[in-house]
Amino acid sequence: MNDLSFLKPASRQIDFDNFDDRLLLYVLKYEPSFFTCISCGGCTATCSAGNLTNFNVRKIGLWLRRGETEKLSEEIQKCMFCGKCTLVCPRDINIRNVILLIKKRIAMLKNENTTA
Amino acid sequence: MEKLIILPFSIGFIYLLGILGFRVVKWVGGLSRLDKLRLIHSFKTRRFFDSIKEVFMEGLLHRKIFRKNPVLGYMHMSLAFGWFLLIVVGHIEVMVSRQSLIAPIYLPVFFRYFETDHSFMLSGIFSFLMDLLLLFVLSGVALALLKRFKKKLFGMKKTTRLKTGDRIALLSLWMIFPLRLLSEGMSAGLYGNGSFLTSTLGHIFGNLNSETANLSLWTAYSCSLGFFFAALPNSRYMHIPTEILLIFVRNAGVKLKKRNNTYTNIQVFSCSRCGLCLDNCQLSAAGINNTQSVYILKNIRNHNLSDEQLFNCLLCGKCEVDCPVGINTIDLRITQRIESTRQYNSSYKYLEDGPVPKADTVYFAGCMTHLTPGIIASMKKLFHLAGENVWFMDEEKAPCCGRPLMLAGQYEAASKLIANNTRKIIGSGAKKLVVSCPICYKVFKEDYELANVEVVFHAEYILNLLQQEIIALKKGSDRIIYHDPCELGRGMGMYEPPREVLRTTGKVIPIKNEKHMAHCCGGSLGNLKISQVERSLLRNQAVEDYLRYRPDVLATACPMCKKTFSRHPNLKVLDISEAVANALQISSDQESTKEKMKLEIHEFELI
Repeated sequence: MNDLSFLKPASRQIDFDNFDDRLLLYVLKYEPSFFTCISCGGCTATCSAGNLTNFNVRKIGLWLRRGETEKLSEEIQKCMFCGKCTLVCPRDINIRNVILLIKKRIAMLKNENTTA
Repeated sequence: MEKLIILPFSIGFIYLLGILGFRVVKWVGGLSRLDKLRLIHSFKTRRFFDSIKEVFMEGLLHRKIFRKNPVLGYMHMSLAFGWFLLIVVGHIEVMVSRQSLIAPIYLPVFFRYFETDHSFMLSGIFSFLMDLLLLFVLSGVALALLKRFKKKLFGMKKTTRLKTGDRIALLSLWMIFPLRLLSEGMSAGLYGNGSFLTSTLGHIFGNLNSETANLSLWTAYSCSLGFFFAALPNSRYMHIPTEILLIFVRNAGVKLKKRNNTYTNIQVFSCSRCGLCLDNCQLSAAGINNTQSVYILKNIRNHNLSDEQLFNCLLCGKCEVDCPVGINTIDLRITQRIESTRQYNSSYKYLEDGPVPKADTVYFAGCMTHLTPGIIASMKKLFHLAGENVWFMDEEKAPCCGRPLMLAGQYEAASKLIANNTRKIIGSGAKKLVVSCPICYKVFKEDYELANVEVVFHAEYILNLLQQEIIALKKGSDRIIYHDPCELGRGMGMYEPPREVLRTTGKVIPIKNEKHMAHCCGGSLGNLKISQVERSLLRNQAVEDYLRYRPDVLATACPMCKKTFSRHPNLKVLDISEAVANALQISSDQESTKEKMKLEIHEFELI
């Protein structure tokens, strides 16, 4: 039988009472230039990893703002750090650092969870 | 009672010896088994004598600092070599006077105090020599004082900020020799055992000379020595003993292997915080003044290194060039980055081993070259003219070379990409791998194991085409400045091939800041923290320097440098491959219109 699950998508509602902003605040603290992202998608268009997989830097930015830490921790692994996104960014956002910070913070949160 | 004056000196000296012994055992013991064997083996070979020579030339004479600036070199030499000679001649003097080879260690230090009868063999010559040497050391102390106020005289623009421990050690070091002069002068006045310097001083003291004053001066001298020895292990002066160990360990072939071990400590403690790396670091042009190598080394030593500092470095390697101790700052920093990011390396499970076409030559453009399509077009044109059977490996899709990951410290993740690329390159059965990006070139050369595939940088490849007269160029009259990319120049030591290629297209002007002192363009992938604004400040600094020579073209051999410089409005920037492609002289048989059209279409299709 065909997989028709896409007809019934899971809820994408964001509950602001349980909004996980730990990742976002961390990134903004150390890389404030992320504030200026306009989600233009230039980074995604040039991405070397995006060429090989469905990796999408723009989506990383969106998920970061929505606090979807779970999804991010899987997706962020695909980045190859080549730095093309940073070079094409029209807002001069240091995207390589954003990715590094996300990876670092996720590792920190995992550590906190295991010790707590 | 008189013997009490040796107490401060002896306590400090014994404490120092204890700490040094403990640290040497800890550091050498912490090396891997293989490294220990290397070290032991090196004692049996010629390297041992090389090390001794290096200790003498660098540790005492400070040859490298002399080359950098003669006044600075003299200051260091007079203090180190002068003090060393004072100790050696002092010991010989004691041995001669006592006519025995064994003398207590403190005796040469306080010889003029204890040895009032001054009529042994050659005593006049010895006291003359000792006075001369003391004068030599004092001239160094005077220069060191002067350096605090006029560092420009010493060829330095900046010096490091000192910690309290450093200040105590520095102050007591400065006090040692003037106090020695005063106390020896007083003793010379009392007992007549001095020479030209101390006797004169004794005469000047005249009526002030007394046993109590003499005793207190000698006690002060002993205290300053004791303080210096006690402060040494926790100050920057720890570099004096550590550097000797470093030279032996380094010459034995010990290297940092992507992991912290005690070799890190040996290097970190060898840093004298002289600040020579500060003047070379371009980051200060962007107002960044706390991430230079000297501060990173200090932070590693004090266990307070933050990511913000660690990743804020261009890894351009300019600090390594002038380091008088020869600390491998780049490896050290990358190792710290590896340690800091060890927890979050990616596995890249999505990488696939697809079918690989067979070819004689593989061309890997690299991610950065894909952002400068002019380079790819020029390379394709050249491959076409050379009649090469090329597989353009990353034309459609391919993983990155792995170098950017390595620069960010993710060594394990990079090795996944390396394995995937290696399988593809070897699978193609090629004999040659051509790369047009120095970032890729470095990793292909150093970290890939490609069996018998030769890795060729496009400058070498083009030079070979020119030498074999496969392509001919029309020499123009353009004034060209060649910008050495960091990864290619300081990173791989390739300075001449790109210049030779450019000489066939125009006039290459020599400039002051080139080769190992070349600027970084500011675009470096090594730095993860600086903003684009700061990067452009660095770029402008380099461009300003280049524009003074009024070049028509700024040529480089790196797509990253090209991209960075291209953002500057008043500059024509070309990669060497583009410069060559522009100057191509199509030989008569190739000039047939059909071929020409083919070439044009070839180019058109690509851009």
